Amino acid sequence: MFKKIMERSRIKSPWLVHYDCGSCNGCDIETLACLTPLYDVERFGVLNIGNPKHADVLIVTGSVNTRNRHVLEQIHRQMPSPKIVIAVGSCGLSGGIFKEAYNVVGGVDRVIPVDVYVPGCPARPEAIIDGVVEGLSVLADKQRRPDAANGAVAVDHTNSEILYESR
Amino acid sequence: MIYAYALAGVILAPFAGVFIAGLDRILTARFQARTGPPILQPLYDIAKLWAKEPMIAHRFQPLCVYVYLAAAMVSVGLFFAQSDLLLIFFVQAVGAVFLVMGAFLVPSPFSQAGANRELIQILTYEPLIIIVLAGIYLSTGSFEISAVYAMDKPLLMNLPLLFIVFGYALTIKLRKSPFDISASHHAHQELVRGVLTEYSGRQLALIEIAHLYETVLILGLCSLFWTTGVLGTVVLLAATYLAEIVVDNICARMSFKWMLKSVWTTGLALSAVNFAWLYARGKF
Repeated sequence: MFKKIMERSRIKSPWLVHYDCGSCNGCDIETLACLTPLYDVERFGVLNIGNPKHADVLIVTGSVNTRNRHVLEQIHRQMPSPKIVIAVGSCGLSGGIFKEAYNVVGGVDRVIPVDVYVPGCPARPEAIIDGVVEGLSVLADKQRRPDAANGAVAVDHTNSEILYESR
Repeated sequence: MIYAYALAGVILAPFAGVFIAGLDRILTARFQARTGPPILQPLYDIAKLWAKEPMIAHRFQPLCVYVYLAAAMVSVGLFFAQSDLLLIFFVQAVGAVFLVMGAFLVPSPFSQAGANRELIQILTYEPLIIIVLAGIYLSTGSFEISAVYAMDKPLLMNLPLLFIVFGYALTIKLRKSPFDISASHHAHQELVRGVLTEYSGRQLALIEIAHLYETVLILGLCSLFWTTGVLGTVVLLAATYLAEIVVDNICARMSFKWMLKSVWTTGLALSAVNFAWLYARGKF
């Protein structure tokens, strides 16, 4: 019974942390618009928590570059499993208009595994809410199959330092 | 019989706390023209945190969390056993200090800043609660809770100003604006997560449960101000908690200097007036 309660609770209380990889802030404003009285995602228990150690959902906007990819990897690593990643906006999906820039790595999925892609420039708040709801089914699935939660993904960790190992 | 009351209190308090916290979140949402989460949302949050992957930042941190939770549970149990008010107060103070110690163990700057702020908050509200307890002693002649229940007139008639002082301590203890400087009740207006930054998963779930106990304890202490009728107690508690939510919604978070200055000056002045009044009525 407790297992069932916890499985239900998982999808009823997704706390999210939002990281801006250097977008034009269009997607960030639309992400924060979801918290306003018009959309009020707290109806579904969604909280913008601001601390990766408490979060279940990582929302990433903007194109990843060679400087902030380490920050993104670190935030992802600090989140306890099960967790999902949602890439928001054209830049988050592929690098967008900055794709050809010399310092841009590309989309978020070049650095960390992405579960849900929300397209748009900027992505509409309705689309972002849709993406989070879509992500919840992935989250429930990850809970049922714990192996999938820690599935290895092709990520280059050679240059990243582990700053937060346990002391 | 006393043990039965204490046990019942310890078992039932978290459930009461979940309903109070859920109602709090719904009312807060309604004040902001939102719908708000379901009433059992705090329960969902705790169950979810419980099932998260363990991520312990320091090996002594779990101990600190267990002591914090145990102190909260023991103080609620002592309250329902109608024990000594000073004993209850010091037991919950030990728990509060252990929460700060756990945050200090980790060198993360956000955790350190949160722990420092939490210490200042403790420094601010503890003297006020001691003064309120002294006022209760002067009115009843004893620190025992049973002595309060033996009174034929509600304490509020003797200690109206000390009740306001207690309200200040209540606001700080419930982590409500403008005194939510160490860890806000609302996550999105926080410097990472204040004193709770380095607690995660099951540790955080235990802290949330301890906070439910503390809410029940502080509302229980609040109920001592009206003990002559159940209706009066319920009205007093509802009005106090509603006032807390309104204050939380209309205030911005202030700095710790402002908190120390305003809470200590108003608190001490109100207490002095109330004590002078008690003295004039020959209560000393």
